[in-house]
Amino acid sequence: MYSLVSLISAWTIPILLVFIPLYAVFRKVPVYESFTDGAKDGFDTAVKIIPHLVGMMVAISIFRASGAMDFFIGMLKPLLDYLGVPSEVFPLAILRPITGAGSLAFTTDLIKEHGPDSMIGRIASTIQGSTDTTLYVLTVYFGAVGIRKAGYALKVGLISDLVGFVAAIAVCVLVFG
Amino acid sequence: MVNFIWLFFILVGFIVAAINGRIEVVTEAAFEGAKTGVTVCFGLISILVFWLGMMRIAEDAGLLSKMAKLLQPLVRFLFPGIPRNHPAIGYIMSNMSANILGLGNAATPMGIKAMQELQKLNPNKEHASPEMCTLLALNTSSLTLVPTTLIAIRMNFNSLTPTDIVGTTLIATFISTAAAIMVDRWYRKRQPPIHYTKG
Repeated sequence: MYSLVSLISAWTIPILLVFIPLYAVFRKVPVYESFTDGAKDGFDTAVKIIPHLVGMMVAISIFRASGAMDFFIGMLKPLLDYLGVPSEVFPLAILRPITGAGSLAFTTDLIKEHGPDSMIGRIASTIQGSTDTTLYVLTVYFGAVGIRKAGYALKVGLISDLVGFVAAIAVCVLVFG
Repeated sequence: MVNFIWLFFILVGFIVAAINGRIEVVTEAAFEGAKTGVTVCFGLISILVFWLGMMRIAEDAGLLSKMAKLLQPLVRFLFPGIPRNHPAIGYIMSNMSANILGLGNAATPMGIKAMQELQKLNPNKEHASPEMCTLLALNTSSLTLVPTTLIAIRMNFNSLTPTDIVGTTLIATFISTAAAIMVDRWYRKRQPPIHYTKG
């Protein structure tokens, strides 16, 4: 299991890296111009995240340094231990559907605190990659067309976030454990 | 909601620090947090610039429309209620393709266009149609091939194997997306079907 997953992990990016430009050249795309053109957006995107990440990092940092985080995690720890969930990642389950920047900040904090190659760091990374900011997506998409009643969309989104959360933990424990 | 959580973190942190008699950690933590935020964003620049550049090549080369074609049978299966050859289908396919390639910037406008087309088919303009719910479910379960931002952050913190989460993310995404589709189907079957007029 681990060898297969690490094989996929190791090969996905290099293959895309060679395949995309080769295919583009074949289709007579000026690859270098295309690259630099799209790359400009990358800088803007990174800069646009700064206010969000600073704001959330400040709040989380205070919450953690004061001892409040440990207090809340300590309360939930027996239940989470019973379920086999590392209690440190639990706040992600609540933050993820609500705020993309906030959960990214929290994941960053976990990686900084426990190390990127620790089990917690890997689980947090996987959760962040396999779920989405359901409430934001719902607001943007339905807001854009004037839908007021979301029907069952919110429930489906939240259930899939929960499944993603559990799946991320299970897969990481299975692969890296 | 975000406002509430943000204030909650700061306020509770302040109160707990005050009770513990360690109010000085609040100031220190605030500046430390701000510094980390900026450092991380600067670390993100390199990988976001690189990756969005690669993805623009993919888009210009027509890989996006190619993927859209590949996804056609899947779209027909997921959105059986949309009349054949309706423009909504094209936008939905582009939205899904862009999401899979990790092109968030391209995915959102496509998704909004798809929603607008679905809204034209929707008999009740204030209430989301089942098709709209399905599209939302697909978008919130995060179809991603390469979790770019996470790889960048892991590199930032000197990971020895920054990309070793690509495989686990793929599997977890697959599971959560499959769950979203199944739950969506289940809810849809419990609703009275909407009869679309040819739009």
